[in-house]
Amino acid sequence: MKKIRMRRRQPNRSRGGDLGVYIMLTLFGVMFAIPLVFAVCQAFKPLDEIYKFPPTIFVHNPTLNNFKDLFVIMGQSWVPFSRYIFNTVFITAVGTAGQLLIASMGAYVLAKYDFPGSRKLFAMITTAIMFNNYITSIPLYLVMAKFGWIDTFIAPILPALAAPMGLFLMKQFMEGIPDSLLEAAKIDGAKEWGIFTKIVMPNVKPAWLTLIIFSVQGLWGNAQSQYIYSEDLKTLPYALAQVTAGGVARAGAGAAVTLVMLIVPIGIFIFSESNILETMASSGIKE
Amino acid sequence: MSNNTISLYLRKKKRERQIMWKKAKANKSCYLFILPYLLLFTLCFVVPIVMSLFLSFTYFNVLEPPEFRGMQNYVNLILADDVFLTAVKNTFVLAGIIGPVGYIASFLFAWLINELPRYLKAIAVVVFYAPSLAAAATMSIWQLIFSNDPYGWINSFMQTIGQEPVLWLSNPKYMLVVVIIVSVWSSLGAGFLGFVAGFQGIDRSQYEAAYVDGIKNRMQELWYITLPSMKPMLMFGAINSITTAFNVSDIPEQLCGNPSTDYAVHTVVTHLKDYGSVRYEMGYASAIATVLFLAMLLCNKLVQKLLRRVGN
Repeated sequence: MKKIRMRRRQPNRSRGGDLGVYIMLTLFGVMFAIPLVFAVCQAFKPLDEIYKFPPTIFVHNPTLNNFKDLFVIMGQSWVPFSRYIFNTVFITAVGTAGQLLIASMGAYVLAKYDFPGSRKLFAMITTAIMFNNYITSIPLYLVMAKFGWIDTFIAPILPALAAPMGLFLMKQFMEGIPDSLLEAAKIDGAKEWGIFTKIVMPNVKPAWLTLIIFSVQGLWGNAQSQYIYSEDLKTLPYALAQVTAGGVARAGAGAAVTLVMLIVPIGIFIFSESNILETMASSGIKE
Repeated sequence: MSNNTISLYLRKKKRERQIMWKKAKANKSCYLFILPYLLLFTLCFVVPIVMSLFLSFTYFNVLEPPEFRGMQNYVNLILADDVFLTAVKNTFVLAGIIGPVGYIASFLFAWLINELPRYLKAIAVVVFYAPSLAAAATMSIWQLIFSNDPYGWINSFMQTIGQEPVLWLSNPKYMLVVVIIVSVWSSLGAGFLGFVAGFQGIDRSQYEAAYVDGIKNRMQELWYITLPSMKPMLMFGAINSITTAFNVSDIPEQLCGNPSTDYAVHTVVTHLKDYGSVRYEMGYASAIATVLFLAMLLCNKLVQKLLRRVGN
């Protein structure tokens, strides 16, 4: 805390500049916050307010009916709803944890070692980001089908583990770790794995917390309907999309669905970001 | 004489290979570390991409096996497909604006937020990332704002001040502008978060040292210390912006429909999806994807070259 207060008093920050920063951020902040506020309000609106003209952002007579409706609909489902929730939690958790481990391991050697082929590999990985993933979805399906992974959790999880964006992010961060730190550890007798888990990973905490946000965001809301067709393997977004497919009568429950689907990514986001911003106190990586 | 040169050359090559092999052996653990990623990457990315590249030379309707067609898809694409040329033009306009503006905005906001005290900072990050978090709710609100009928917010406001309502979403004169506004507004995504995280990784003692060395204000600090320290993240953000900018398709489709009036906001990816999932011509769609891929690679080369100059 003390350190932060010291920073605010830095003499190379003018009062006028500070004021400008606040004004600008407030103005744009209001603009950027609208959809989130709208999504939250919408879920608490009675049906007549959802269809009110002219439409309003804020809710006037908040009600919990939308959530009650949603629970009733969920209770009528053929497969227990907890099953859908488990499926999505499982895919998201395994996909995120796996990517974190696999991408970080790859990123570490690409960032800190110059071994034969390392540069070509990295160039290939960043190039793959730019190939349209809509067009590769059919070949990817064919690959998954070849191995018999369609309609299992392997099909949605594997591509998430290898997402090049995650490795790229980790690699860019790890480049900032001073070599002297790693050499010192080696002189102290640390093994590669020990250096990776005890020195590299704690030093790039902001990076892997950010990776967790990306991964959860991508997996949580993904219905995975191209890979999974058995009812008891289907995901939460898929089941909830069925709820909203009911049209006008389900508009209220549909608004509740939007909010329910947002809760987990937002929760993970706030948790991760508050931890990222906390690392400031340790003032970054030092030689 | 020439025989001698060749044998010398071959010996040199052999020697190089031996050195390489020795180096590779010495770095055995490196390969072990990257092996799991490489296997999955090859399976889920390299193989599908290579398959797509191959399909771009075929006629493939997904049901029957692909039929080899040589360069036919590419020839048709460039010589016989007017809509594709419109799509290319639109994509260049959209990418040319959304890419740089989104990139600079991501960095600027991340930087300004970094100036805030800690708790305000946490709130600001959530607020500014909200469009990406609540993407599902985002489109409905923009549709409300720009709706063609008098109930749309802008149109209803214009009527109260005595103006004629405007068909924002189906008059080709305005569609591109609307799409640009909405895209720019939602462009604070992965790059922005990368920057936010990147700022936390900067060694604070650098700033103290810089102050002693006579850095006077935040602009100088930005140029001489922050930007050079952020170089890896600038590259990450750039690839992100290029990918989002060239792949614009969801926003125009959801706002203006597909196909849009006069193809005014038809993009390369909209075109690709049209051939992929409506007409089932995956071969042709793959050719579109390949052309787009080449354009993005070229753009990335240029941007990376520019970024290398930052802070020098």
